[in-house]
Amino acid sequence: MKKTLLMPLAISIIGLFSIPAAFAQQNTLDKMRSSGAVTMGVRESSGALSYTLGDGKYAGFHVEICNNVLRDIQKQLNLKTLDIKYSPVTSQNRIPLLQNGTVDIECGSTTNNATRQKDVAFAVTTYVEEIRIAVKANSGITSLNQLNGKKVATTTGTTSVQLLRKHERATGVNFEEVFGKDHADSFLLLESGRADAFVMDGSILAGNIANAKNPADFRIVGEVIAVEPIAIMMRKDDSTFKKAVDDSIIKMMKDGTLTKLWDKWFMQPIPPKNARVGLALSDSTKQAWSGPNDRPAEDYQKK
Amino acid sequence: MTLDWSVFCKDTLTGEAAPRCFSFLFGMDPNADPTYLDWLFTAWGWTLSVAGLSLVLALLMGVMIGTLRTLPPTNLLNKVFAFLGTVWVELFRNIPLLVQVFLWYHVVPAFFPVMKSFPSYLLVSIALGLFTSARIAEQVRAGIQSLPSGQRNAAIALGMTTTQSYRYVILPMGLRIIIPPLTSECMNLVKNSSVAFAVSVPELTLFAMQAQEETSRGIEIYLAVTGLYVISAFSVNRIMAWIEKKSRVPGFIAPSASGSH
Repeated sequence: MKKTLLMPLAISIIGLFSIPAAFAQQNTLDKMRSSGAVTMGVRESSGALSYTLGDGKYAGFHVEICNNVLRDIQKQLNLKTLDIKYSPVTSQNRIPLLQNGTVDIECGSTTNNATRQKDVAFAVTTYVEEIRIAVKANSGITSLNQLNGKKVATTTGTTSVQLLRKHERATGVNFEEVFGKDHADSFLLLESGRADAFVMDGSILAGNIANAKNPADFRIVGEVIAVEPIAIMMRKDDSTFKKAVDDSIIKMMKDGTLTKLWDKWFMQPIPPKNARVGLALSDSTKQAWSGPNDRPAEDYQKK
Repeated sequence: MTLDWSVFCKDTLTGEAAPRCFSFLFGMDPNADPTYLDWLFTAWGWTLSVAGLSLVLALLMGVMIGTLRTLPPTNLLNKVFAFLGTVWVELFRNIPLLVQVFLWYHVVPAFFPVMKSFPSYLLVSIALGLFTSARIAEQVRAGIQSLPSGQRNAAIALGMTTTQSYRYVILPMGLRIIIPPLTSECMNLVKNSSVAFAVSVPELTLFAMQAQEETSRGIEIYLAVTGLYVISAFSVNRIMAWIEKKSRVPGFIAPSASGSH
């Protein structure tokens, strides 16, 4: 969702130059009707939201939601067969690939924010990420304000870094930031004692703790520092497709399918390692399900 | 694709245009919050500091180890020194740089707890410095061994000790010969300092990765960072070219027209 690397960026720069802005404005429903196929953009490794099982197979909370949505649309269009193709995307190329028609619907871990809404459309929010603090269980730290003068780890290239700066400025709490080059590295900083806390998306913290040598040594504590709506992404100005997707998702919100899917992907052991993420359904996500909306992250911060 | 350079005048907290684009030097009133341009220059400072610190270490150790490897095998002590020099070079040039950085950051402090309090820029400078010292040592050895054997023999014939022959005859000539490859090595050091981002040194590469995420203006950010790397490396090149020109011994090496390498 937020992690970025150098190489994909270089590739996407080339991509950006070669893709005209207005392109592939065909209605997605017509495209599905005429070709009998649809391409789903998926992620290689976005936690339990969207990830690969190897061998070109993809799974995850958002991937399963998308599959349900596309089957619904298939029925609606009275298509005998609908070929669902997977196409892995990265943080850098997901928007260009959606715009140029390589993928029709992106089911990964994209934050819905105002900048992106200028280029793409989002379905109703299906997952709300909470930025939290992970500490060692024996550290006695229970809040961000207790971190004065302490070292706080976060991952380079994520929005959490900026969030921490803002928080520092707003509260006058002063901590020293240390930057891991990826989430595993940041967690190692916490584990080895080079950092007293690790501030990151709750799902990532839960995943790292679950995979730690001794998960009981770590705890997620304190207030929710910020929330970010994560949603399924579609092309802009394709209202019939957006309505079909939204309707299908809202139906799943109402009939309890999403609650079941949450339990399946975040509470039960999931393939390929049969590890458990262990992330309970958060209040922010429950709220998003009870009042379906596609508001950007900026709206959440105003509260 | 239009480039929007105004991103550098934005405040790093709110993302809005700051009153002063650049508030870093010369006693200007600083912005309440730094802009991306301020941050870019702080990051550049870190890149140059890490590169400079490692260069000092690399030159000191490189010249020393390179010299040890060329000692005449006339007594046991010299043989031991030459062997240690070989071990040093093979150790530090056979391990990938990034792995060495992680070794110094994660592994070595686990054995020597006092190093846990070392700041990460110091540890990464040690890693970079020692890695480069192995390469410089080889160049120094090449420079010394390329001297005609008459130079060393003449020094001994004049009654100089081994130390004196190195100090007054061999090293002054040998080091002049290796300035061109040394220039490349120093430029490499500036560029290699980008690995420091991996251990939390807020230098240019870390800035680029973070700022492009925050601003969504990756192309402008990467172009600016690329420009600063080019400027840094090319400045090193010009300084070395100047040193080469000033230190040239007339008639010793055929004068090159450009003074560069």
